[in-house]
Amino acid sequence: MDKIRLATAWLGGCSGCHMSFLDLDERLIDLHGRAEVVFSPVMDVKRYPENVDVALVEGAVANSDNRELLETIRANTRILIAFGDCAVNGNVTAMRNGIDRDEMLKQIYGDIGKELGRSIYSPLPVLEETVLPINKVVTVDAFLPGCPPHADLIWHVITELLEGRIPILTEEQLKYG
Amino acid sequence: MDEIKTLTIDGEIVSAPSSATILDAAMENDLHIPTLCNLQGLDAVGACRLCLVEIQGQNKLQPACTTRVEENMVVQSKSARLQKYRRMIVEMLFAEGNHICSVCVANGHCELQNLGYEVGMDSVRFDYVYPTKKVDATHERFVLDHNRCVLCTRCVRVCDEIEGAHTWDVAGRGIGTFVVTDLAGDWGGSGSCTSCGKCVLVCPTGALFDKGKAVGEMSKNSDFLEYIVNAREKKQWIK
Repeated sequence: MDKIRLATAWLGGCSGCHMSFLDLDERLIDLHGRAEVVFSPVMDVKRYPENVDVALVEGAVANSDNRELLETIRANTRILIAFGDCAVNGNVTAMRNGIDRDEMLKQIYGDIGKELGRSIYSPLPVLEETVLPINKVVTVDAFLPGCPPHADLIWHVITELLEGRIPILTEEQLKYG
Repeated sequence: MDEIKTLTIDGEIVSAPSSATILDAAMENDLHIPTLCNLQGLDAVGACRLCLVEIQGQNKLQPACTTRVEENMVVQSKSARLQKYRRMIVEMLFAEGNHICSVCVANGHCELQNLGYEVGMDSVRFDYVYPTKKVDATHERFVLDHNRCVLCTRCVRVCDEIEGAHTWDVAGRGIGTFVVTDLAGDWGGSGSCTSCGKCVLVCPTGALFDKGKAVGEMSKNSDFLEYIVNAREKKQWIK
């Protein structure tokens, strides 16, 4: 059987979901036998590749880099999974919504705040006015909420995907926070 | 004396006194209908619309918590249409507030969270409103976080009907509605609040909580209601 091409990505989040992914422990060895991981923050790959079968996307869309990467992922991936609460509903990343972005930058960084991350010449990505869950930016094929999702649940979702099914979580499996 | 009515709920033949609601009859027979604003022991208000049911011969959906049983009524509580609406209602509740389970005192003990699981809400399809709402921590023992309030009005009803203080009420209209203490002043400055804590115990979410509780620490128990209501109505002081 051909290996599936699997990617994981880290947008506006704390990487806790990826830590939980690493908590798959010895199941990572099984996964290695059945999937080729082609892009991930734990790998030294800079560009998102083409022709990816499944992507687990952690984090919300908080800045222009997040948006660009998410759009690239969507364009090159067959099944896109919202991975964790930030991707599913914004979670902690979206707690700044309701605060004016420029006012917030000024309060944190003082007068230079208003220049930070706003110019196209700046090396920093531009902060979005409103942090969005990823399904408000691109089409998402399945959702895996949790902060973070438990490794057992991640494994369930991955095995469903390996069997060619789109995972739909039951009442017992769903968990927010 | 109540007449006994016989009706069908989800294919099961049940009987209930004529004063009973469809929800009473369902609960008496272990038939589950999802609820949020309803709490046994408090007057029903039919506000949350989660318990809407289909009644044969009527086009309009009716809330099970405020609709009385009738002879030969045929009630359906689990149709595909109702399940679709219920998920929409729960999604709208999440979208219009700031419900961030991972940082909430009630995480793991929250009726809204459990409803989300029950209706299979893996995501919210509506746009989030991200409203700017206040937190009132002026009370010595309790905190009110408007971000987590679903306007079920359980606090209003328990304070009025059980405690008899009527400290809580509702102000504003539509999406701008919010709960208030006294004349919309700080809770800590309320002259009518007896600090009994009943409102905190009946609140289904983390909107009302004990000061000092951290994430996931605020579990609630409204068993006291049955005790008080039994004592009042049946003169039985038994736990």
